[in-house]
Amino acid sequence: MTIYGVAILAACFLAGKVTGTLLGSLLGIDGDVGGVGFAMLLLILVNGYLSRRGMMDEPTAGGIRFWSAMYIPIIVAMASVQNATAALSGGWLALAAGLLATLAALLLVPLLSRIGRPTGGQPSET
Amino acid sequence: MNLALELLVKNGLVFAFLLVGIILAGSFWFARRVLGGIIPGVALAIIVGLVLAFIGGERGIATYPLFSGMAILGGSMLRDFAVVATAVGADPEQMKHAGPAGAVALLLGVVLAFIIGVTISLALGYDDPVSLTTIGAGACTYIVGPVTGTALGASSEVIAISIATGVVKTIATTVLTPLLARRMELDNPHSAVVFGGLLGTTSGVAAGLAATDPKLVPYGALTATFYTGIGCLLCPSVLYFLVLTFS
Repeated sequence: MTIYGVAILAACFLAGKVTGTLLGSLLGIDGDVGGVGFAMLLLILVNGYLSRRGMMDEPTAGGIRFWSAMYIPIIVAMASVQNATAALSGGWLALAAGLLATLAALLLVPLLSRIGRPTGGQPSET
Repeated sequence: MNLALELLVKNGLVFAFLLVGIILAGSFWFARRVLGGIIPGVALAIIVGLVLAFIGGERGIATYPLFSGMAILGGSMLRDFAVVATAVGADPEQMKHAGPAGAVALLLGVVLAFIIGVTISLALGYDDPVSLTTIGAGACTYIVGPVTGTALGASSEVIAISIATGVVKTIATTVLTPLLARRMELDNPHSAVVFGGLLGTTSGVAAGLAATDPKLVPYGALTATFYTGIGCLLCPSVLYFLVLTFS
């Protein structure tokens, strides 16, 4: 059933958030450190396990795929509720710092991507 | 008329589904027929979203009750839920070999943004360590800024600037990523992991990758999700002491 897929996704999501929040409080931060990342890794594991056992039938997988496909519409809605006026109210300092921080990070992407990249289309080590 | 308005406000989330559907349909049509495919439809739709955000106030277009449903659909709960769901399309092997690069990118991303934020606020006349650190933290993400500022006791004016800096970074990442994607060789999972770690703004990374190539989203999201936490950890502690030492 479709709801099984949604429920599996919800379980992974919540387990990831709990892990992230626990990690946060361990580090002394009132917040979530990597919750989404833990949830994603867990979902990959659970999905792989259930698929191998043939327990991930088409409707169940569809429940997860639906939310994956809703991602772009959600991002469009998210863009429309950004505090965009704040971006201007911070003045030149905010504009310059925000823009330069972005550009500098973008410039480093190709450089850092060289670390551990598989050569010739094959994973470098296993 | 009033009755119709009331109905739309009451069913805000459903109205948001309709609205976003119309925005996406219109953007795809415009991108293909009018712009001839120079800009991807998704990128255009996200830009339309940002324009709407400028029309509104603190909560973007959701400042108006009629559009309050957009805040539910575009809020962090459903965003994170959908981002996690994209992981089913990801290849675990790709994530594994990009791990070390992603970790380096995370640390470097936080430190780099911080240094740039501090340098620019120095150049524009700030000289007390608390303000410098807070604005530097804001250059990480718009959450790291106020968290750091509150911890160090920065003035509300400086905290507002730090939030603004983070928001500028989110918007700049959203708009610049699809434009510069080819130059930064952002076309494979490996560099998407690095990209997520370096930029770190969850919203910006998510929107920028969606506009570039939706297949890369889970890889970028995987590292970006750690960034704000690491920033909140480093800025008010190690990085603040560094600023204290140098000033």
